[in-house]
Amino acid sequence: MSEPISPDLAAPVVSAPRYDSAWSRLLRRPLAILGLVIILATVLGAVFAPWLTAFEPDAQMFDGLTIEGAPLPPDGKFWLGTDLLGRDLLTRILYGARTSLVIGIAANGTALIIGTLIGVTAGFFRGFVGAVLMRFTDLMMAFPALLLAICLAAIFQPSLWIVAMVIALVNWVQTARVIFTQTSSLAEREFIDAERTLGAGSVRILFRHILPHLVPTIIVWGTLGISTTVLLEATLSYLGVGVQPPTPSWGNIIFENQTYFQAAPWLVFFPGMAILALALGFNLVGDALRDILDPTQRGRE
Amino acid sequence: MSETAIIAAPGAETPGAARTGDMPVLDVDRLTIVARSPAGDTPLVEDLSFELRRGETLCIAGESGSGKSMTSLAIMGLLPQPAVRVAAGSIRFGGDDLTSLDERAMRRIRGDRIAMIFQEPMTSLNPVLSIGRQLIEAIETHTSETRTQSRARAIEALKAVRIPQAEQRMRQYPHELSGGMRQRVMIAMALALRPDILIADEPTTALDVTVQGEVLELLRDLQREFGTSIILITHDMGVVAEMADRVIVMRQGRIVEAGEAIPLFSAPREPYTRALLDAVPRMGDGMKGTAAARSVKPVKPILSVDGLTVRFDIKGGLLGRTTHRVHAVENVGFQIGNCETFSLVGESGCGKSTIAKALTGLVPFTGNVRLDGVPVSGLDREGRKRVRRDIQMIFQDPFASLDPRMRVGDLVGEPMVIHGIGSAQERRDRVAALFERVGLTADQLDRYPHEFSGGQRQRICIARALALRPKLIIADESVSALDVSVQARVLELLKELQNDFGIAYLFISHDMAVVENISDRVAVMYLGQIVEMGTRDQIFSDPRHPYTKRLIDAVPVPDPSRKRHRFPRMDSDIPSPVYPLGTGPVRNALVDMGEGHLVGAVS
Repeated sequence: MSEPISPDLAAPVVSAPRYDSAWSRLLRRPLAILGLVIILATVLGAVFAPWLTAFEPDAQMFDGLTIEGAPLPPDGKFWLGTDLLGRDLLTRILYGARTSLVIGIAANGTALIIGTLIGVTAGFFRGFVGAVLMRFTDLMMAFPALLLAICLAAIFQPSLWIVAMVIALVNWVQTARVIFTQTSSLAEREFIDAERTLGAGSVRILFRHILPHLVPTIIVWGTLGISTTVLLEATLSYLGVGVQPPTPSWGNIIFENQTYFQAAPWLVFFPGMAILALALGFNLVGDALRDILDPTQRGRE
Repeated sequence: MSETAIIAAPGAETPGAARTGDMPVLDVDRLTIVARSPAGDTPLVEDLSFELRRGETLCIAGESGSGKSMTSLAIMGLLPQPAVRVAAGSIRFGGDDLTSLDERAMRRIRGDRIAMIFQEPMTSLNPVLSIGRQLIEAIETHTSETRTQSRARAIEALKAVRIPQAEQRMRQYPHELSGGMRQRVMIAMALALRPDILIADEPTTALDVTVQGEVLELLRDLQREFGTSIILITHDMGVVAEMADRVIVMRQGRIVEAGEAIPLFSAPREPYTRALLDAVPRMGDGMKGTAAARSVKPVKPILSVDGLTVRFDIKGGLLGRTTHRVHAVENVGFQIGNCETFSLVGESGCGKSTIAKALTGLVPFTGNVRLDGVPVSGLDREGRKRVRRDIQMIFQDPFASLDPRMRVGDLVGEPMVIHGIGSAQERRDRVAALFERVGLTADQLDRYPHEFSGGQRQRICIARALALRPKLIIADESVSALDVSVQARVLELLKELQNDFGIAYLFISHDMAVVENISDRVAVMYLGQIVEMGTRDQIFSDPRHPYTKRLIDAVPVPDPSRKRHRFPRMDSDIPSPVYPLGTGPVRNALVDMGEGHLVGAVS
């Protein structure tokens, strides 16, 4: 064969620049940095709450209410105003970040792990094991989540960690469904067959070849789950089976004050903003991570 | 196609008659198509000019990336804008410049005056609508006919493409039809409105070779009847030779050579055209090959297969009991000798890939399979793993068979990790050596599969299969997805590796010309059974079974001066290998016609 047609070997594969670590590529994205800043600010706020404000989270201050007993709007002393019991809202939001971060990260993380494990196992092994796991998932899906959470919370003594566990036990279901579907379609792909013909065992295929493909899905569900879990905690608090007052959480601040929504909108607005900002922060970082961790995007930017 | 034939054709539209002569139907002038990229516009097609005359077939030939499909999309106004757009030039059709028409005007032309058929009929038909409904809808969009008239016209169109029982077929859904039938439906849909131009983008690439023959024949017939001008886009020089009046050879967006088919094939001016024609595997070439000397009796069998049967259960009824079985492979037996290339040929659904899957342990089977004298079934975990080590497989689509999230170096080294061979350093060295051996460089180890071209990816798969020094490599359609020039190089590499490492190949292919070039011995499969088996020369110079003859006849010859005699058409589809429980196909007894040439009885 003559030389002119050698697109095979001579094909100009884009000369590979050295690829930097995921971390430095993350820091090159402005939106990801914004997300990191939000998350970091929340964490610092939660950790250093006692030093950041002059008030105690559950101190009901005499000058925190008007003469008629209504909450105060934001002013020079109470930066974000006060709540219906005359407590400083900023202080409560800062301390509430502790609760909400634990719920958002621990509860949501546990839910993701349970969901992924069940979804992957059922999707990969199919057969009897898969059927049992997925029917159980369907059952959990059909069962009213709130009712289940109330039952679980009633059985255990409510505490922050119990609430986190309850939320995890309710929230893994959607993740499991999505992961199951994706795993079962991945398991049909030809490269999995190719691995089997090499003699690769199930464990190897599962962890080296299937899980990495699920990372984007897991990240997306993880970031979406942050706001869901924070709000679920608020619902539970509202029903009296969540984090017990006077411990503040972003969710129960909203629910405590919702009766004052028209008169004192800041009471709902500020904690709501906090939830939104945290969810947004995780979303931005998650989106960036999904792109960065995907090697098939390399050289296509 | 001659001009007189068009004027005489009953289907030719009357206003068309005035336009015959040298007036081109379509005039593409200095067309440039660019793709937007961060680094500025990259040209996909540059300065392309051609004319399409009434009733002629113009073939645009070229390998992947030559811009041939982009050209057809530009004519149809279907470029994926704004990422890809026409940057300069014009496409004149009738009185209009298609590049400047808006979407609404384009929609009137599309389907009505210019129709297109695509490579994969399954993906271009809507799977949830019956084919009748889709045909009628296509007709109604462009005409003011009533439902009854459209329906009549749809049935007429199906009859025109020789679909038997057209009325009944109208109610069927795409998945109920075979690939060839689906492509005929696509052609019927395209031709129902009697377009001036039919653009066929690789219309037969996804089809079996005998079906391809039928479809090409049909296109020729219809052209004769309707006087349609055809732009046929293909990578297959055999198809070009068979169909083309004129040919344009494209490479990387530019015309390399254009001209009448016969002189272009007999005396190509450009070296690229010559190289492209040389790379096409031709029937009859194998005879001259040196490998022929080797194809005497194999010394010792590496793999011996006896009574291999694979059946899949189909469950049905209320209780989900097995009611039918697919007899995918039925009582197949063959032997592959040391250092020998044994080919299985046959059309889709004949069970050849199922045999590969059975041998690699991907599907359960019954029968006696021995590798180097050791039975491969009934083994424990460790035993199975040892067998895996000796039988490796190269798949058809190298991109699908490589994990896209792993570096190619890790992928090639992985078999050694699985079987616990060598230290990390030794493995790395061996991977680098393998890379060099298959024609890649060691500095590519850290890249991902998508950063390579198709041929390079297949080389990676070959390196991966070689990593364990197997005794047998199964190559399942391993070169079918590659461009011809790349295909020739990969085949060459496979031959070299066989000489170096003494590997036996089980080569599975539908491409008779490739099989003839690479094989020592050949088995022809039909409906799960071997119908003929023998040395390459026995099969190709002295085919005895009618199916073998038919397969060989169907291969397009890259020589336009040897236009084929009429291809015998099969009116029915290939029978189904599904049988109710308890029954099965008639087992085909193979009779030795002398010197190991086994031929099945003709049913």
